Amino acid sequence: MTTAIELADLGRAYGERVALAGVSLTLPAGSTLVVFGPNGAGKSTLLRILATLLRPTTGTVRVLGGELPREAWKVRGRVGLLGHEPMLYRELSARENLRYHARLHGVAAERVDELLDAVGLGARAGDPISTYSRGMVQRAAAARAVLHDPELLLLDEPRANLDPAAAEALEPLLTGTTERPRTRVVTSHDPAGGLAEADVALGLRDGRPVLLGPAADVTVEQIGALYR
Amino acid sequence: MSVLAALLRKELRLELRTFESVPGMVLFSLTIFVVFHFGLDRASVEGDLAAGILVVTLLFAGMLGLNRLYVADEEQGGFDGFLLAPVDRTWLFVAKAIALFAYLVALEIVMVPAFALLLLEPGLGQALPELALVLALTNAGFAIIAALVGAIAVRTRARDLLGPLIALPLLVPVVIAAAGLLEPLLRETGAGGLDAKWLAILGLYDLVFGLLSVAVFDPLLED
Repeated sequence: MTTAIELADLGRAYGERVALAGVSLTLPAGSTLVVFGPNGAGKSTLLRILATLLRPTTGTVRVLGGELPREAWKVRGRVGLLGHEPMLYRELSARENLRYHARLHGVAAERVDELLDAVGLGARAGDPISTYSRGMVQRAAAARAVLHDPELLLLDEPRANLDPAAAEALEPLLTGTTERPRTRVVTSHDPAGGLAEADVALGLRDGRPVLLGPAADVTVEQIGALYR
Repeated sequence: MSVLAALLRKELRLELRTFESVPGMVLFSLTIFVVFHFGLDRASVEGDLAAGILVVTLLFAGMLGLNRLYVADEEQGGFDGFLLAPVDRTWLFVAKAIALFAYLVALEIVMVPAFALLLLEPGLGQALPELALVLALTNAGFAIIAALVGAIAVRTRARDLLGPLIALPLLVPVVIAAAGLLEPLLRETGAGGLDAKWLAILGLYDLVFGLLSVAVFDPLLED
């Protein structure tokens, strides 16, 4: 099995403040890493480094065979990021936003409407994002994140703002197909739900890894202890 | 080129939906003309004074465009969305410069006749082709600097101040050359010809800063 992500002593500091330090792990392609930790633990920083949006200040990072940041050009376009920001222009419609991203990624325009239907926004696809509820914005953002069928999907609390039905509807898009499961890194505050979808679990506190192992070996209580 | 087309379409759509840049620039320029009209306590201006007023007003009104150029990208995650795409980042600079050039043309379509009406002693009739050439070169220089500086300023807390503070000194050669070129066109005694020296300086400025900006824009977007 090929390796999707290799981190060795990864760290990131913002000036004097250390946001992430000493993270080392290997994630095989097609598996899901779920990252737990309280707010400010470094989860989003880790995702932004993997997405090539932030440079690590220490350690080495290899994503999909490319060493970051030197070979970021190899990785861009093969990664999808669903973060706290939807990365959608409020004054444009969901269709216009996705068509814009489709052109940037060289994706056929037909896929835009397929995806908007898949996330249940087909009927509102022509309305500006500014008129959407938060859940609808999250669904449009999820469609944007998987528009180019990325090999690695980075999901920062992907079910935030979603009702159970919408979360269920998004699941196939975010997990990929049985034949071609996506490699995923997901941040979560839900110990039971997160462990259920994880192959590997990582617990961060104050930017440092305090828990790392196969999800089967990690308990809900251990995750809960991260937040105490 | 499809990336550039996509970026430009997005820029123009956003401006047409929000009207955040051009109307503000137009109103600001008209206000400055009115202030000059009363502040100078003269019915009309011509020559070097007219050239100076026109260029400085264009510059200050353009600063509003500079300050808004990247705001939607920064505030709505558009930067990250673009940076994740496997495309040459220079296209973003090119699209922003072209968009701002277009905004400046839209501004001038209102601003120049208003200037002629409110302040200018001679008419603009015969000088219009030369005036259009000078303004096009001035716009190009301004748009290049603004697209570059705007990308730096927008990621800072004091972006509304930092943008003009960096851009204005860089644009001094444009102001001097444009005023030098416009002065003979706006003389009361009738339009003179364009000074080839100033024309070459302005053209060279656009070329050099255009190439420099293309070279440094990608690293500027790095974290």
